[in-house]
Amino acid sequence: MRISVKLFATLREGRFTSDARDVSAGSTAGDVIRQLGIREEEAALILVNGKHGDMSTFLSEGDTVAVFPPIGGG
Amino acid sequence: MPFFRPSAEDSQGAGERGTDWFLPGASKAGTLDLPPEETAGLCYQLKIPHRKNHRESDVESARGLKGMSDLEEYLRARAQGDLLPWSAQADAARQYGLSLGRTEELALEAGLFPVRYRRNRQTLSSADQLVLLRSRVAVVGCGGLGGYAIEELARLGVGSLTVIDPDVFEEHNLNRQILASAEVLGLPKAEVAARRVADVNPAVTVVPLVAAFSKTKAPGQIRGVEVVVDALDDIQARLELAEACEDLSLPLVHGSIAGWYGQVTTQMPGTKTLSNMYGRCREAIGIERELGNPSFTPAVVASLQAAEACKVLLGKGRPLVGRVLTVNLLDMTFEEVALSD
Repeated sequence: MRISVKLFATLREGRFTSDARDVSAGSTAGDVIRQLGIREEEAALILVNGKHGDMSTFLSEGDTVAVFPPIGGG
Repeated sequence: MPFFRPSAEDSQGAGERGTDWFLPGASKAGTLDLPPEETAGLCYQLKIPHRKNHRESDVESARGLKGMSDLEEYLRARAQGDLLPWSAQADAARQYGLSLGRTEELALEAGLFPVRYRRNRQTLSSADQLVLLRSRVAVVGCGGLGGYAIEELARLGVGSLTVIDPDVFEEHNLNRQILASAEVLGLPKAEVAARRVADVNPAVTVVPLVAAFSKTKAPGQIRGVEVVVDALDDIQARLELAEACEDLSLPLVHGSIAGWYGQVTTQMPGTKTLSNMYGRCREAIGIERELGNPSFTPAVVASLQAAEACKVLLGKGRPLVGRVLTVNLLDMTFEEVALSD
């Protein structure tokens, strides 16, 4: 199935800003994040179609996964 | 609008605010429910001398309506059109034994606009300026974000600021923290913030708390404010602050930065935005551990926070509620991301 992935801040480095990807049916957000070489602790915020998700959120055809690193400085 | 409020009205609402400006030390301690040990020596005194043993409203009551109409007359005589120069405000405060903040409030109520806010004018009305003057904002953290937020809120004309930070300025703050200078290294950030505001806009009352924010102390630290600005540098502390704001039903304007990147959002009571955003984080420090923070990122993000705080105070515009604005100064992109539970 085809999904979209959006990456933010440092997660774009050496990867992409936004990309359409083919993943196997039954994939989770965590599967996609791991395939991209993003460590779990780097994925502070995972949104699937704008809704709060996590590594185990199952994806469906046409979903958009957005991944944000933790930004905590002041 | 009557120029002088009856004393009954002075015991609450805006009248009470007037007393806060007059006696930053004693009255703040009462207003914020702080134990004496928390406020001892912390409240920054304005440079204009004022009588410490009277409530301002009592002073006004004793002086009576005639005195207040005299003051109005005095201000009008010194105004240029409807613009009130700072020198007239300061002289009036001294002559009538009022705080600069209270004098400013009375001037705005009389339709006089302080010259210092003249360039606010196309954006903010007199009524808006009066709301800001009567407002109290807590800025939690006086470092990179907090310094700029405090500066901008004071220049904007927010009448009362509670500024909280346990730290002193260190050399490595000099690259980005607007309040840091070679002269203030080793001094408490919250006290330096208060001194800066007294230099920039002495009509603003500042309560500096040289203390770490903590959820257990939150009622004493932030209760009674209209808006809280999150300028912390620790994710777990931010989560505690967000929870405290939920408990106290306070709007929280969040900003955080790392390197070229930042984010801003506004958590209104009941929305739990921050716990949704950071709920997966187990660490206190994010990617700023590797990236650090350059000079421009805190200035950008804190300015966005100041704009948000202004809008929330005035009920204007469309604050970042249920959405986060992501800032990427490397690609120079600002993207809005919707957040839902």
